[in-house]
Amino acid sequence: MDWVNVALQGVLLGGLFALFATGLALVFGVMRLVNLAHGDLGILAAFVALFLLDSFDLGVFWASFASIVIMFGIGYILQRGLLNLTIGPDDTRPIVVTFGLSIIIQNGLVMWFSADSQGLDAGRIENASVRLTDQLAVGWYPLIVFVIAVVVIAALQLFLNRTKLGRAFRATSDDQEAAELMGINNRHIYGLAMAIALAIVALAGVLLAIRTTFDPSQGPFRLIFAFEAVIMGGMGSIWGTLIGGIVLGVSQTIGAQAFGAGWGIFVGHVVFLAVLAFKPSGFFAKTVTA
Amino acid sequence: MSAPMESPQIKSIPLFRVARSTRMHKYVLVISVIVVAALASVPIWAEVSVTRTMVTLFTLLALAQMWNLLGGYAGLISVGQQAYIGLGAYGLWLLGDVIGLHPFIAVFASGLLAVIVALPVAPLIFRLRGGYFAIGTWVVAEVVRLIVSNIQATGGGSGKTVLSAARLPIDTRITGTYLLALFVAVGSILLVYFLLRSRLGLALTAIRDNDLAAQSSGVNVFRAKLSVYVIAAFGCGVVGSVVAMNLLRIQPAAAFSVNWTAYAMFIVVIGGFGTIEGPIIGAVIYFALLQSLSQYGTLYMLLLGVVAVVMVTLAPKGIWGYVAKRWNIHLFPVRRRLVLEAPPDEEVKPAEKPDAAPVPGSV
Repeated sequence: MDWVNVALQGVLLGGLFALFATGLALVFGVMRLVNLAHGDLGILAAFVALFLLDSFDLGVFWASFASIVIMFGIGYILQRGLLNLTIGPDDTRPIVVTFGLSIIIQNGLVMWFSADSQGLDAGRIENASVRLTDQLAVGWYPLIVFVIAVVVIAALQLFLNRTKLGRAFRATSDDQEAAELMGINNRHIYGLAMAIALAIVALAGVLLAIRTTFDPSQGPFRLIFAFEAVIMGGMGSIWGTLIGGIVLGVSQTIGAQAFGAGWGIFVGHVVFLAVLAFKPSGFFAKTVTA
Repeated sequence: MSAPMESPQIKSIPLFRVARSTRMHKYVLVISVIVVAALASVPIWAEVSVTRTMVTLFTLLALAQMWNLLGGYAGLISVGQQAYIGLGAYGLWLLGDVIGLHPFIAVFASGLLAVIVALPVAPLIFRLRGGYFAIGTWVVAEVVRLIVSNIQATGGGSGKTVLSAARLPIDTRITGTYLLALFVAVGSILLVYFLLRSRLGLALTAIRDNDLAAQSSGVNVFRAKLSVYVIAAFGCGVVGSVVAMNLLRIQPAAAFSVNWTAYAMFIVVIGGFGTIEGPIIGAVIYFALLQSLSQYGTLYMLLLGVVAVVMVTLAPKGIWGYVAKRWNIHLFPVRRRLVLEAPPDEEVKPAEKPDAAPVPGSV
């Protein structure tokens, strides 16, 4: 029963990984951009929420909500003001620029907030749990996070499949030039894609910050986990990131249970490398290979 | 001297040859030898603090050359070269302290250790492209870091002191480390230089321009990229080993820090992506900034990030890229040029000026 419990924790943890991964997958899908600052932007959102909470009497919910809205705006400006300039046939430039951004965010956060661990306090919900059977219990909070992840992914999929704007996203993804000829403003679409991606990663960031402590150096780890979820899920599949996230989450919690706390993340990496070796297209490969 | 009798057929063929060197390159070679000799004399007259700082410069230069070889020539942007830096550092401890090799030999053997890891890793992460390849290299670095910091034998998170190097006579160690670092820096430049002049260099140029076209012209793209990846792993391993020799203390957090990649990327981007000269200029600039700004720590790193972003966005070819374009200077003769040769006198003059009598002294 212990193991079932551990696996269940892993599944719920996977929801958070998937939430971090969704924006990464969306941006790659629409404009073939891999944002190396993705994880740091999620952590930045947590710090923005923390700052708003400390400065104004908002409460965690509204501070988080404001942070998500701010990150949406930052995403649009960042894409149109900077990243659009680097998109072109030479795919090395966006990598260097987003890696530079990652360094800027990490060190900027250290200068502003210090390197200390911080937390967002959401009150009793953090520790409350629901008992499923005699020996099986899950925390309310991880469960809520998982449900939020599923809802967000479903909403994003609906948006892409059912709305006019979503169609424009898919058209740009399929063929930039053709989309442009059909009257789609690619630069605007790219801006919106990054805005949505950063809003989702901001949500992930504040949910992480409520769940556990956070500090400016954590961005790269979030990026790596998100990346592993994307590749394992299969590039081009939004639902795949949820499966990838769950596989990663379960690998990490079971690995930690089996070999000790220090090895959990390691086992997650090993499972990722195994998937890369034996099923490099991931579980739900849909459209493109990078 | 031209042959007195030439057949009409040969006359009609344009006379040219493929050249790489110009006269300037002879001067560059002479000056380079003088500079390297002057640098080699530093331990004789300079203080220990100077030689130690110079070791840092040399290791960063070599690291940047390796990163540029991957990113600038093979299109493989890595943010995980710290995997091999760290392996090289721990290699010095493993081969020097545990196995008992002389530390100066262990430095190069550590590079081979990096190669042993790079060979199976490469085919795996080559399944990823572009930005995802970059994060893949980072995962590899994390895997190695987690192994080293989680097992007891390597000292866990607190690391190891390299006793075999620490026990060398102090003068031998300091001078030896300096000369090794100089050798590694010069070696990295020569390695990239000769690599670019080889068949592999030609293959890389073709791949960089269009890898599909290169593949269909018979270039083995996979093998070319694999070679570059493994060579860069070797170089980074040796660099990590020299760093460990300089510091005598290795810790996983520092040895496997992603900052190594940040330094290399900054140096290459500011100096000039895809050139041999770029990393040299970038390393000197980086070093000058380090001397004046390093006490600011995080602000310094933040500025590095800002400069990298601004350079790539506005001046993607870096300082040397600008210089090379503006004045058409290439210090290292790696490019092939067509040189048209003046046809022999006897045939030209009647063709160009059929009625003019030869004027003495005119050319």
